[in-house]
Amino acid sequence: MRAAWLTIEGLGLTEGNTRIIDDVSLPLAAQHTVVLGPNGAGKSTLLRLIHGLLHPTSGSLGWPQPLSQAMVFQRPIMLRTTALANVMYGLKLRGCAATECEMRARQALARVGLEALATRPARLLSGGEQQRVALARAWALEPELLILDEPTASLDPASSREVERIIKDIAAAGARILMTTHNLGQARRIADEIVFIDRGRIVEQTPVGQFFTQPQTDAAQRFLQEESP
Amino acid sequence: MPELNETLATAWQLVAGADARLADIVLLSLRVSLTATLIACVVGMPIGALLAVGRFPGRRPLIVLFNGLMGLPPVVVGLLVYLLLSRAGPLGQFGLLFTPAAMVIAQAVLVTPIVAALTRQVIADEWTEYREQLRSLGASRTRAAATLLWDGRFSLSTSALAGFGRAIAEVGAVMIVGGNIDGVTRVMTTTIALETSKGDLPLALALGFILITVVLVINAVAYAVRGWAERHWG
Repeated sequence: MRAAWLTIEGLGLTEGNTRIIDDVSLPLAAQHTVVLGPNGAGKSTLLRLIHGLLHPTSGSLGWPQPLSQAMVFQRPIMLRTTALANVMYGLKLRGCAATECEMRARQALARVGLEALATRPARLLSGGEQQRVALARAWALEPELLILDEPTASLDPASSREVERIIKDIAAAGARILMTTHNLGQARRIADEIVFIDRGRIVEQTPVGQFFTQPQTDAAQRFLQEESP
Repeated sequence: MPELNETLATAWQLVAGADARLADIVLLSLRVSLTATLIACVVGMPIGALLAVGRFPGRRPLIVLFNGLMGLPPVVVGLLVYLLLSRAGPLGQFGLLFTPAAMVIAQAVLVTPIVAALTRQVIADEWTEYREQLRSLGASRTRAAATLLWDGRFSLSTSALAGFGRAIAEVGAVMIVGGNIDGVTRVMTTTIALETSKGDLPLALALGFILITVVLVINAVAYAVRGWAERHWG
Protein backbone atom coordinates (compact mmCIF):
# COMPACT_ATOMS: atom_id res chain seq x y z
CA MET A 1 0.00 0.00 0.00
CA ARG A 2 1.16 3.49 -0.92
CA ALA A 3 2.09 5.98 1.78
CA ALA A 4 -0.62 8.50 2.59
CA TRP A 5 -0.13 12.06 1.31
CA LEU A 6 -2.61 13.27 3.90
CA THR A 7 -3.62 11.75 7.22
CA ILE A 8 -6.79 13.17 8.71
CA GLU A 9 -7.11 12.61 12.46
CA GLY A 10 -10.35 13.08 14.38
CA LEU A 11 -11.40 16.02 12.21
CA GLY A 12 -14.56 17.79 13.35
CA LEU A 13 -16.44 20.96 12.46
CA THR A 14 -19.33 22.06 14.61
CA GLU A 15 -21.58 25.02 13.89
CA GLY A 16 -23.96 25.76 16.71
CA ASN A 17 -25.25 22.36 17.69
CA THR A 18 -24.76 20.79 14.28
CA ARG A 19 -21.80 18.53 13.64
CA ILE A 20 -21.12 19.14 9.99
CA ILE A 21 -17.99 17.01 10.05
CA ASP A 22 -17.98 14.48 12.85
CA ASP A 23 -14.74 12.84 13.97
CA VAL A 24 -13.34 12.00 10.54
CA SER A 25 -10.13 9.97 10.49
CA LEU A 26 -8.81 8.98 7.12
CA PRO A 27 -5.56 8.31 5.31
CA LEU A 28 -5.59 9.61 1.73
CA ALA A 29 -3.08 7.68 -0.34
CA ALA A 30 -4.78 7.16 -3.71
CA GLN A 31 -3.78 9.42 -6.57
CA HIS A 32 -7.40 10.16 -7.52
CA THR A 33 -10.00 10.21 -4.78
CA VAL A 34 -13.68 10.96 -5.25
CA VAL A 35 -15.83 11.79 -2.23
CA LEU A 36 -19.42 10.59 -2.64
CA GLY A 37 -22.42 10.96 -0.39
CA PRO A 38 -25.98 12.29 -0.23
CA ASN A 39 -26.77 16.01 -0.26
CA GLY A 40 -25.73 17.67 2.98
CA ALA A 41 -23.38 14.83 3.91
CA GLY A 42 -20.52 17.30 4.40
CA LYS A 43 -18.59 16.59 1.18
CA SER A 44 -17.93 20.21 0.28
CA THR A 45 -17.13 21.07 3.88
CA LEU A 46 -14.56 18.28 4.06
CA LEU A 47 -12.89 19.59 0.91
CA ARG A 48 -12.84 23.13 2.29
CA LEU A 49 -11.28 21.94 5.54
CA ILE A 50 -8.57 20.13 3.61
CA HIS A 51 -7.95 23.16 1.40
CA GLY A 52 -7.72 25.43 4.45
CA LEU A 53 -10.74 27.60 3.66
CA LEU A 54 -12.37 26.44 6.90
CA HIS A 55 -10.77 25.77 10.24
CA PRO A 56 -11.72 22.58 12.08
CA THR A 57 -13.13 22.81 15.59
CA SER A 58 -11.29 19.60 16.47
CA GLY A 59 -8.76 17.20 15.04
CA SER A 60 -5.94 17.83 12.62
CA LEU A 61 -4.62 17.38 9.11
CA GLY A 62 -1.25 15.67 8.85
CA TRP A 63 0.68 16.46 5.68
CA PRO A 64 3.85 14.32 5.49
CA GLN A 65 5.00 16.79 2.85
CA PRO A 66 3.22 20.07 2.27
CA LEU A 67 1.53 19.98 -1.14
CA SER A 68 0.81 23.01 -3.29
CA GLN A 69 -2.94 23.13 -3.85
CA ALA A 70 -5.51 24.69 -6.11
CA MET A 71 -9.28 24.46 -5.90
CA VAL A 72 -12.06 24.64 -8.48
CA PHE A 73 -15.54 25.43 -7.24
CA GLN A 74 -18.98 24.45 -8.44
CA ARG A 75 -19.69 27.96 -9.65
CA PRO A 76 -16.74 29.57 -11.43
CA ILE A 77 -15.87 32.97 -9.98
CA MET A 78 -14.58 35.29 -12.68
CA LEU A 79 -13.15 38.76 -12.17
CA ARG A 80 -14.45 41.55 -14.42
CA THR A 81 -11.58 41.32 -16.83
CA THR A 82 -10.43 39.08 -19.68
CA ALA A 83 -10.15 35.30 -19.48
CA LEU A 84 -6.37 35.66 -19.79
CA ALA A 85 -6.14 38.18 -16.94
CA ASN A 86 -8.22 35.87 -14.76
CA VAL A 87 -5.71 33.07 -15.29
CA MET A 88 -2.80 35.48 -14.76
CA TYR A 89 -4.27 36.74 -11.49
CA GLY A 90 -3.51 33.51 -9.63
CA LEU A 91 0.01 33.42 -11.05
CA LYS A 92 0.68 37.03 -10.09
CA LEU A 93 -0.33 36.30 -6.51
CA ARG A 94 2.43 33.69 -6.46
CA GLY A 95 4.84 36.38 -7.52
CA CYS A 96 5.66 35.38 -11.07
CA ALA A 97 7.07 38.01 -13.42
CA ALA A 98 4.66 39.63 -15.89
CA THR A 99 5.99 38.17 -19.14
CA GLU A 100 6.43 34.66 -17.74
CA CYS A 101 3.02 34.97 -16.13
CA GLU A 102 1.37 35.75 -19.44
CA MET A 103 3.16 32.95 -21.21
CA ARG A 104 2.09 30.38 -18.63
CA ALA A 105 -1.46 31.71 -18.60
CA ARG A 106 -1.69 31.44 -22.38
CA GLN A 107 -0.36 27.87 -22.26
CA ALA A 108 -2.94 26.97 -19.61
CA LEU A 109 -5.75 28.47 -21.72
CA ALA A 110 -4.51 26.53 -24.74
CA ARG A 111 -4.59 23.30 -22.75
CA VAL A 112 -8.27 23.84 -21.90
CA GLY A 113 -8.99 24.77 -25.53
CA LEU A 114 -9.78 28.44 -24.92
CA GLU A 115 -6.79 30.10 -26.58
CA ALA A 116 -9.11 31.86 -29.01
CA LEU A 117 -11.16 33.41 -26.20
CA ALA A 118 -8.17 34.73 -24.20
CA THR A 119 -9.03 38.40 -24.62
CA ARG A 120 -12.78 38.02 -24.14
CA PRO A 121 -14.41 39.34 -20.95
CA ALA A 122 -14.53 36.27 -18.71
CA ARG A 123 -17.97 36.93 -17.26
CA LEU A 124 -19.59 36.96 -20.68
CA LEU A 125 -18.37 33.44 -21.51
CA SER A 126 -20.79 30.51 -21.18
CA GLY A 127 -20.92 28.58 -17.91
CA GLY A 128 -18.90 25.74 -19.39
CA GLU A 129 -16.27 28.10 -20.79
CA GLN A 130 -16.03 29.92 -17.45
CA GLN A 131 -15.44 26.62 -15.67
CA ARG A 132 -12.69 25.84 -18.16
CA VAL A 133 -11.09 29.22 -17.43
CA ALA A 134 -11.28 28.31 -13.73
CA LEU A 135 -9.57 25.00 -14.51
CA ALA A 136 -6.90 26.82 -16.52
CA ARG A 137 -6.40 29.23 -13.61
CA ALA A 138 -5.90 26.26 -11.27
CA TRP A 139 -3.75 24.31 -13.73
CA ALA A 140 -1.47 27.27 -14.42
CA LEU A 141 -0.42 27.10 -10.77
CA GLU A 142 0.79 23.52 -11.38
CA PRO A 143 -0.70 22.25 -8.12
CA GLU A 144 0.42 18.98 -6.57
CA LEU A 145 -3.13 18.58 -5.29
CA LEU A 146 -6.18 19.75 -7.23
CA ILE A 147 -9.41 19.91 -5.25
CA LEU A 148 -12.69 20.11 -7.18
CA ASP A 149 -16.08 20.66 -5.59
CA GLU A 150 -18.83 19.44 -7.94
CA PRO A 151 -17.09 21.01 -10.95
CA THR A 152 -19.72 19.85 -13.46
CA ALA A 153 -22.87 20.15 -11.35
CA SER A 154 -24.20 23.24 -13.12
CA LEU A 155 -23.07 22.33 -16.64
CA ASP A 156 -24.76 20.79 -19.66
CA PRO A 157 -23.60 17.30 -20.74
CA ALA A 158 -21.26 18.51 -23.49
CA SER A 159 -19.51 20.99 -21.18
CA SER A 160 -19.37 18.32 -18.49
CA ARG A 161 -17.54 15.95 -20.80
CA GLU A 162 -15.07 18.67 -21.75
CA VAL A 163 -14.43 19.55 -18.10
CA GLU A 164 -13.96 15.88 -17.28
CA ARG A 165 -11.47 15.55 -20.14
CA ILE A 166 -9.48 18.47 -18.67
CA ILE A 167 -9.54 16.99 -15.16
CA LYS A 168 -8.12 13.77 -16.58
CA ASP A 169 -5.41 15.74 -18.40
CA ILE A 170 -4.46 17.54 -15.18
CA ALA A 171 -4.37 14.18 -13.41
CA ALA A 172 -2.25 12.72 -16.20
CA ALA A 173 0.18 15.60 -15.73
CA GLY A 174 0.79 14.27 -12.23
CA ALA A 175 -1.53 16.19 -9.91
CA ARG A 176 -3.36 14.36 -7.15
CA ILE A 177 -7.11 14.77 -7.56
CA LEU A 178 -9.61 15.09 -4.74
CA MET A 179 -13.14 15.83 -5.88
CA THR A 180 -16.83 15.51 -5.20
CA THR A 181 -19.45 14.84 -7.82
CA HIS A 182 -23.05 13.75 -8.16
CA ASN A 183 -22.28 12.03 -11.41
CA LEU A 184 -21.55 8.40 -10.60
CA GLY A 185 -20.27 7.65 -14.10
CA GLN A 186 -17.79 10.48 -13.71
CA ALA A 187 -16.72 9.20 -10.29
CA ARG A 188 -16.14 5.77 -11.78
CA ARG A 189 -14.10 7.18 -14.67
CA ILE A 190 -11.90 9.46 -12.56
CA ALA A 191 -11.46 7.81 -9.17
CA ASP A 192 -8.98 5.21 -7.96
CA GLU A 193 -10.67 5.26 -4.60
CA ILE A 194 -14.09 6.29 -3.31
CA VAL A 195 -14.62 7.88 0.08
CA PHE A 196 -18.30 7.60 1.00
CA ILE A 197 -19.57 9.94 3.68
CA ASP A 198 -22.96 10.48 5.28
CA ARG A 199 -24.01 12.98 7.96
CA GLY A 200 -20.47 14.15 8.44
CA ARG A 201 -19.00 10.72 9.08
CA ILE A 202 -16.89 8.41 6.96
CA VAL A 203 -18.98 5.40 6.05
CA GLU A 204 -16.49 3.63 3.87
CA GLN A 205 -13.30 4.04 1.88
CA THR A 206 -13.07 1.55 -0.93
CA PRO A 207 -11.19 1.07 -4.23
CA VAL A 208 -13.39 2.28 -7.07
CA GLY A 209 -14.03 -1.09 -8.77
CA GLN A 210 -15.13 -2.66 -5.55
CA PHE A 211 -17.29 0.29 -4.47
CA PHE A 212 -19.52 0.09 -7.50
CA THR A 213 -19.80 -3.72 -7.55
CA GLN A 214 -19.66 -4.68 -3.87
CA PRO A 215 -20.01 -1.71 -1.54
CA GLN A 216 -19.01 -2.55 2.02
CA THR A 217 -21.96 -0.95 3.74
CA ASP A 218 -25.74 -0.91 3.41
CA ALA A 219 -25.70 2.89 3.35
CA ALA A 220 -23.49 2.93 0.26
CA GLN A 221 -25.58 0.19 -1.33
CA ARG A 222 -28.77 2.24 -0.84
CA PHE A 223 -27.02 5.38 -2.12
CA LEU A 224 -25.94 3.61 -5.30
CA GLN A 225 -29.46 2.27 -5.88
CA GLU A 226 -31.04 5.69 -5.36
CA GLU A 227 -28.53 7.58 -7.48
CA SER A 228 -28.35 5.12 -10.37
CA PRO A 229 -30.66 5.94 -13.23
CA MET B 1 -48.71 85.62 -12.80
CA PRO B 2 -46.75 88.15 -14.85
CA GLU B 3 -44.08 88.47 -12.16
CA LEU B 4 -43.19 84.80 -12.22
CA ASN B 5 -43.10 84.81 -16.02
CA GLU B 6 -40.76 87.77 -15.99
CA THR B 7 -38.51 86.06 -13.45
CA LEU B 8 -38.39 82.93 -15.57
CA ALA B 9 -37.61 84.88 -18.70
CA THR B 10 -34.75 86.78 -17.05
CA ALA B 11 -33.40 83.55 -15.56
CA TRP B 12 -33.45 81.95 -19.00
CA GLN B 13 -31.62 84.91 -20.51
CA LEU B 14 -28.89 84.52 -17.91
CA VAL B 15 -28.47 80.86 -18.71
CA ALA B 16 -28.76 81.19 -22.50
CA GLY B 17 -26.49 84.20 -22.63
CA ALA B 18 -23.83 82.39 -20.56
CA ASP B 19 -23.68 85.37 -18.23
CA ALA B 20 -20.06 85.76 -17.05
CA ARG B 21 -20.94 86.13 -13.38
CA LEU B 22 -23.13 83.06 -13.60
CA ALA B 23 -20.42 81.06 -15.38
CA ASP B 24 -17.85 81.91 -12.70
CA ILE B 25 -20.16 80.72 -9.96
CA VAL B 26 -21.01 77.47 -11.77
CA LEU B 27 -17.37 76.71 -12.56
CA LEU B 28 -16.27 77.34 -8.98
CA SER B 29 -19.03 75.05 -7.72
CA LEU B 30 -17.94 72.27 -10.04
CA ARG B 31 -14.25 72.76 -9.23
CA VAL B 32 -14.80 72.68 -5.47
CA SER B 33 -17.22 69.75 -5.41
CA LEU B 34 -15.34 67.61 -7.94
CA THR B 35 -12.05 68.12 -6.07
CA ALA B 36 -13.72 67.30 -2.76
CA THR B 37 -15.33 64.18 -4.26
CA LEU B 38 -11.99 63.06 -5.72
CA ILE B 39 -10.31 63.42 -2.33
CA ALA B 40 -13.22 61.61 -0.66
CA CYS B 41 -12.88 58.70 -3.12
CA VAL B 42 -9.12 58.40 -2.70
CA VAL B 43 -9.53 58.31 1.08
CA GLY B 44 -12.95 56.74 1.48
CA MET B 45 -12.85 53.86 -1.01
CA PRO B 46 -9.83 52.07 0.50
CA ILE B 47 -11.34 52.61 3.96
CA GLY B 48 -14.63 51.12 2.79
CA ALA B 49 -12.92 48.15 1.16
CA LEU B 50 -10.83 47.39 4.25
CA LEU B 51 -13.93 47.66 6.45
CA ALA B 52 -15.59 45.12 4.16
CA VAL B 53 -12.86 42.48 3.98
CA GLY B 54 -10.64 43.25 6.96
CA ARG B 55 -10.58 41.55 10.32
CA PHE B 56 -9.28 43.86 13.01
CA PRO B 57 -10.43 45.02 16.43
CA GLY B 58 -12.88 47.88 16.27
CA ARG B 59 -14.13 47.04 12.79
CA ARG B 60 -17.79 46.86 13.76
CA PRO B 61 -17.84 50.14 15.71
CA LEU B 62 -16.08 51.77 12.74
CA ILE B 63 -18.74 50.49 10.34
CA VAL B 64 -21.46 51.89 12.58
CA LEU B 65 -19.54 55.17 12.87
CA PHE B 66 -19.14 55.60 9.11
CA ASN B 67 -22.77 54.70 8.48
CA GLY B 68 -23.77 57.26 11.08
CA LEU B 69 -21.47 59.93 9.66
CA MET B 70 -23.29 59.64 6.31
CA GLY B 71 -25.91 61.86 7.85
CA LEU B 72 -23.51 64.53 9.13
CA PRO B 73 -25.22 67.93 9.12
CA PRO B 74 -23.25 70.19 6.73
CA VAL B 75 -23.44 73.17 9.08
CA VAL B 76 -21.77 71.18 11.84
CA VAL B 77 -18.99 70.11 9.47
CA GLY B 78 -18.67 73.73 8.42
CA LEU B 79 -18.39 74.82 12.02
CA LEU B 80 -15.72 72.21 12.85
CA VAL B 81 -13.64 73.00 9.79
CA TYR B 82 -14.09 76.71 10.57
CA LEU B 83 -12.65 76.15 14.06
CA LEU B 84 -9.73 74.18 12.61
CA LEU B 85 -8.89 76.79 9.99
CA SER B 86 -9.60 80.00 11.91
CA ARG B 87 -6.65 82.18 12.91
CA ALA B 88 -6.53 80.72 16.42
CA GLY B 89 -7.18 77.16 15.24
CA PRO B 90 -4.59 74.39 14.83
CA LEU B 91 -4.43 74.94 11.05
CA GLY B 92 -4.85 78.72 11.23
CA GLN B 93 -1.29 79.46 10.11
CA PHE B 94 -2.10 78.35 6.54
CA GLY B 95 -4.65 81.12 6.11
CA LEU B 96 -7.13 78.90 4.30
CA LEU B 97 -10.34 80.20 5.81
CA PHE B 98 -12.64 81.92 3.27
CA THR B 99 -10.82 80.38 0.30
CA PRO B 100 -12.00 77.70 -2.14
CA ALA B 101 -9.46 75.34 -0.49
CA ALA B 102 -11.37 75.58 2.80
CA MET B 103 -14.57 74.71 0.94
CA VAL B 104 -12.89 71.69 -0.62
CA ILE B 105 -11.75 70.53 2.82
CA ALA B 106 -15.20 70.95 4.35
CA GLN B 107 -16.94 69.09 1.52
CA ALA B 108 -14.31 66.33 1.52
CA VAL B 109 -14.94 65.82 5.25
CA LEU B 110 -18.67 65.74 4.59
CA VAL B 111 -18.48 63.30 1.68
CA THR B 112 -15.73 60.86 2.74
CA PRO B 113 -17.96 58.90 5.16
CA ILE B 114 -20.64 58.64 2.48
CA VAL B 115 -18.20 57.23 -0.06
CA ALA B 116 -16.63 54.92 2.55
CA ALA B 117 -19.96 53.54 3.78
CA LEU B 118 -21.36 52.98 0.28
CA THR B 119 -18.09 51.40 -0.87
CA ARG B 120 -18.15 49.06 2.11
CA GLN B 121 -21.59 47.86 1.08
CA VAL B 122 -20.56 47.21 -2.54
CA ILE B 123 -17.32 45.47 -1.59
CA ALA B 124 -18.97 43.41 1.17
CA ASP B 125 -21.39 42.01 -1.42
CA GLU B 126 -18.53 41.20 -3.77
CA TRP B 127 -16.53 39.66 -0.94
CA THR B 128 -19.34 37.22 -0.20
CA GLU B 129 -19.17 36.04 -3.78
CA TYR B 130 -15.37 36.06 -4.28
CA ARG B 131 -14.08 35.26 -0.83
CA GLU B 132 -13.35 31.55 -1.21
CA GLN B 133 -11.87 31.89 -4.67
CA LEU B 134 -9.55 34.74 -3.68
CA ARG B 135 -8.41 33.00 -0.51
CA SER B 136 -7.90 29.78 -2.44
CA LEU B 137 -5.61 31.63 -4.84
CA GLY B 138 -3.67 32.97 -1.87
CA ALA B 139 -4.74 36.63 -1.84
CA SER B 140 -4.10 38.47 1.42
CA ARG B 141 -6.97 40.56 2.75
CA THR B 142 -5.30 43.78 1.65
CA ARG B 143 -4.72 42.35 -1.80
CA ALA B 144 -8.32 41.10 -1.91
CA ALA B 145 -9.54 44.60 -0.99
CA ALA B 146 -7.54 46.10 -3.86
CA THR B 147 -8.77 43.44 -6.29
CA LEU B 148 -12.39 44.01 -5.32
CA LEU B 149 -12.06 47.80 -5.59
CA TRP B 150 -10.95 47.34 -9.19
CA ASP B 151 -13.48 44.63 -9.90
CA GLY B 152 -16.31 46.73 -8.48
CA ARG B 153 -15.21 49.89 -10.28
CA PHE B 154 -18.48 50.32 -12.16
CA SER B 155 -20.70 49.82 -9.12
CA LEU B 156 -18.43 52.14 -7.17
CA SER B 157 -19.02 54.94 -9.65
CA THR B 158 -22.45 55.16 -8.04
CA SER B 159 -20.87 55.66 -4.62
CA ALA B 160 -18.71 58.46 -6.00
CA LEU B 161 -21.76 59.97 -7.61
CA ALA B 162 -23.76 59.93 -4.40
CA GLY B 163 -20.84 61.75 -2.77
CA PHE B 164 -20.72 64.34 -5.53
CA GLY B 165 -24.47 64.85 -5.34
CA ARG B 166 -24.17 65.55 -1.64
CA ALA B 167 -21.22 67.94 -2.14
CA ILE B 168 -22.68 70.03 -4.96
CA ALA B 169 -26.05 70.40 -3.22
CA GLU B 170 -25.00 71.37 0.29
CA VAL B 171 -25.05 74.98 1.49
CA GLY B 172 -24.19 74.99 5.18
CA ALA B 173 -20.55 73.93 5.14
CA VAL B 174 -19.36 76.06 2.20
CA MET B 175 -21.30 79.05 3.50
CA ILE B 176 -19.47 78.94 6.85
CA VAL B 177 -15.92 78.20 5.70
CA GLY B 178 -16.14 80.02 2.36
CA GLY B 179 -17.99 83.07 3.55
CA ASN B 180 -19.88 83.52 0.26
CA ILE B 181 -17.50 86.24 -0.93
CA ASP B 182 -18.50 87.61 -4.34
CA GLY B 183 -16.08 86.45 -7.03
CA VAL B 184 -14.00 84.38 -4.62
CA THR B 185 -16.00 81.77 -2.73
CA ARG B 186 -19.50 82.18 -4.09
CA VAL B 187 -20.92 78.89 -5.35
CA MET B 188 -24.32 77.91 -6.73
CA THR B 189 -25.98 76.97 -3.47
CA THR B 190 -24.72 79.90 -1.42
CA THR B 191 -25.68 82.30 -4.20
CA ILE B 192 -29.17 80.84 -4.42
CA ALA B 193 -29.60 81.25 -0.67
CA LEU B 194 -28.30 84.83 -0.70
CA GLU B 195 -30.05 86.07 -3.84
CA THR B 196 -33.36 84.59 -2.73
CA SER B 197 -33.16 86.39 0.58
CA LYS B 198 -32.22 89.61 -1.26
CA GLY B 199 -35.14 89.12 -3.63
CA ASP B 200 -33.03 88.71 -6.80
CA LEU B 201 -35.01 85.72 -7.95
CA PRO B 202 -33.87 85.47 -11.61
CA LEU B 203 -30.23 84.75 -10.69
CA ALA B 204 -31.28 82.30 -7.98
CA LEU B 205 -33.63 80.57 -10.36
CA ALA B 206 -31.05 80.40 -13.17
CA LEU B 207 -28.59 78.76 -10.80
CA GLY B 208 -31.32 76.40 -9.63
CA PHE B 209 -31.88 75.29 -13.24
CA ILE B 210 -28.19 74.70 -13.74
CA LEU B 211 -27.76 72.85 -10.44
CA ILE B 212 -30.56 70.46 -11.29
CA THR B 213 -29.26 70.00 -14.83
CA VAL B 214 -25.74 69.23 -13.61
CA VAL B 215 -27.03 66.59 -11.20
CA LEU B 216 -29.28 65.02 -13.85
CA VAL B 217 -26.58 64.97 -16.54
CA ILE B 218 -24.02 63.39 -14.26
CA ASN B 219 -26.51 60.73 -13.19
CA ALA B 220 -27.39 60.00 -16.80
CA VAL B 221 -23.72 59.63 -17.74
CA ALA B 222 -23.10 57.31 -14.81
CA TYR B 223 -26.14 55.26 -15.73
CA ALA B 224 -24.91 54.94 -19.29
CA VAL B 225 -21.41 53.97 -18.15
CA ARG B 226 -22.81 51.25 -15.89
CA GLY B 227 -25.01 49.89 -18.64
CA TRP B 228 -22.10 49.79 -21.03
CA ALA B 229 -19.89 48.15 -18.42
CA GLU B 230 -22.45 45.49 -17.67
CA ARG B 231 -22.77 44.60 -21.33
CA HIS B 232 -19.04 44.71 -21.82
CA TRP B 233 -17.72 43.01 -18.67
CA GLY B 234 -20.70 41.19 -17.17
